[in-house]
Amino acid sequence: MSFVAHLINGISLGSVYALIALGYTMVYGIAKMLNFAHGDVIMIGGYVVFVTASSLGINPLAAIIVSMAACTLLGVTIERVAYRPLRGASPLAVLITAIGVSYLLQNVALLVFGSDTKAFSNVVTLPNLELFGGQLIIKSVTIVTVIVSIIIMVGLTLFVKKTKIGRAMTAVSEDQGAAQLMGINVNGTIAVTFAIGSSLAAVAGVLLCSAYPSLTPYTGSMPGIKAFVAAVFGGIGSIPGAFIGGILLGVIENLSKAYISSQLADAIVFSILIIVLLVKPTGLLGKKVLEKV
Amino acid sequence: MNKFSEEKTVLLETKNLGISFGGLRAVNAFDISVEKGQLYGLIGPNGAGKTTIFNLLTGVYTPDEGAILLDGVNLTGKKTIDICKAGIARTFQNIRLFSDMPVLDNVKVGLHNHYPYSTLEGILRLPRYHKVEQEMNARAMELLEVFGLEGYADYKAENLPYGQQRKLEIARAMATNPKLLLLDEPAAGMNPNETKELMETIRFVRDRFEMTVLLIEHDMKLVAGICEKLTVLNFGEVLAQGETQEVLNDPDVITAYLGE
Repeated sequence: MSFVAHLINGISLGSVYALIALGYTMVYGIAKMLNFAHGDVIMIGGYVVFVTASSLGINPLAAIIVSMAACTLLGVTIERVAYRPLRGASPLAVLITAIGVSYLLQNVALLVFGSDTKAFSNVVTLPNLELFGGQLIIKSVTIVTVIVSIIIMVGLTLFVKKTKIGRAMTAVSEDQGAAQLMGINVNGTIAVTFAIGSSLAAVAGVLLCSAYPSLTPYTGSMPGIKAFVAAVFGGIGSIPGAFIGGILLGVIENLSKAYISSQLADAIVFSILIIVLLVKPTGLLGKKVLEKV
Repeated sequence: MNKFSEEKTVLLETKNLGISFGGLRAVNAFDISVEKGQLYGLIGPNGAGKTTIFNLLTGVYTPDEGAILLDGVNLTGKKTIDICKAGIARTFQNIRLFSDMPVLDNVKVGLHNHYPYSTLEGILRLPRYHKVEQEMNARAMELLEVFGLEGYADYKAENLPYGQQRKLEIARAMATNPKLLLLDEPAAGMNPNETKELMETIRFVRDRFEMTVLLIEHDMKLVAGICEKLTVLNFGEVLAQGETQEVLNDPDVITAYLGE
């Protein structure tokens, strides 16, 4: 029975990784850059909910919406100010800038909120689910996390496949030049991608802080890196890949913690990444890039 | 009668167009005047600057000097997206379809600017989203039918046979509703049968859409077969310009192509 509980908790943690990984993978797929500041957007999202819900006493659901709006704005601003001027610059310059933005966000949060851990109050106030006469208790936040992630995943897939702006995103990801010549606004499309990725990061931040209720300026960095691993694991650039990668990572991490060693859990997670990349360098669902000679 | 039957309206005009890359003068003093409904050929040896001219016309490069006029509107220095909206569409020498997308969606990308609904309406799937998407599907299918591609609508673009991919590129370009269609070596890599079919397609596009076509080509059979006027480019400069047969019999042109 405890195995099932660990598994479900793993899926829940994995769902959060998946939500974050979607942001990495979409931005990578479309702008061909790694937005290492993505994890810190989660942290900002968490603080926005903390301030609005815990301190100002606004309804948690409304606080989540405020947080999504704030993160969307933040993501678009980061793209506009830090990344857009570097379009066409070497990928290394963009990468360094992203790391810089990440540190900037962490330190601004440090300055504004201080380094002490804030107790984040769970926004999911539903009763826990008890099964088999109390032998298996599943926290409501766990269930909500999984359900929300699945809804977002399906919605996002439909959005990308079935709408105009989604098609524009796919077109830009395949060939920016050709898309531009067909009348697609490339900068606008990339901005929308950042907006969507960042609003998902806000949701992920709230769910993460609800499940693990402590908030510091560094809250986003480890989940951010793990979500990046999940995105690579699933095949970076692929939306279903990010989801599968996230879930697998969460399950592996949780089971390792439960049955092997909680200290070694992260080491195991990253070793598995290395093995996957050795066997399948493009990730689970990644596409091989065929170069015609 | 109608506007189209008015003789000799100039659609595209360039004046003294020039661009350098470092010390290389890629295009110099390039003048061209393409009339509405004309099939116009741009030929020249490799490296003569033909594709550079296409890139200048579509705003990929900004000219160092000179002017580009489309239908009397000055497009010099405009952004690619604005030039696309003004009515210039192109295909590519090495096919650049969105190969992972369905054939239908490739055409729908071309329709992007002509069928408005907001991102929010798309996310929430409001009634206008469904209505506009249906209109787009209908229009895209219509275009695919014109090019005989309707049977491939759900295929991934990369799975089409080569010749059909070329046609799809033209269909996608036509979806942007251009006034001027630029074709960059449409017959590259085609066998004689495919080239023949392509010639018919190009002529058909001109007649059906009253389209003006400017094309770059190396296949002299195709050029002689469909182009009404030609400009020959050599080392970035105009070597000869005029009626197709005259130009092709010009001794200078023959020398440039075949050597002394």
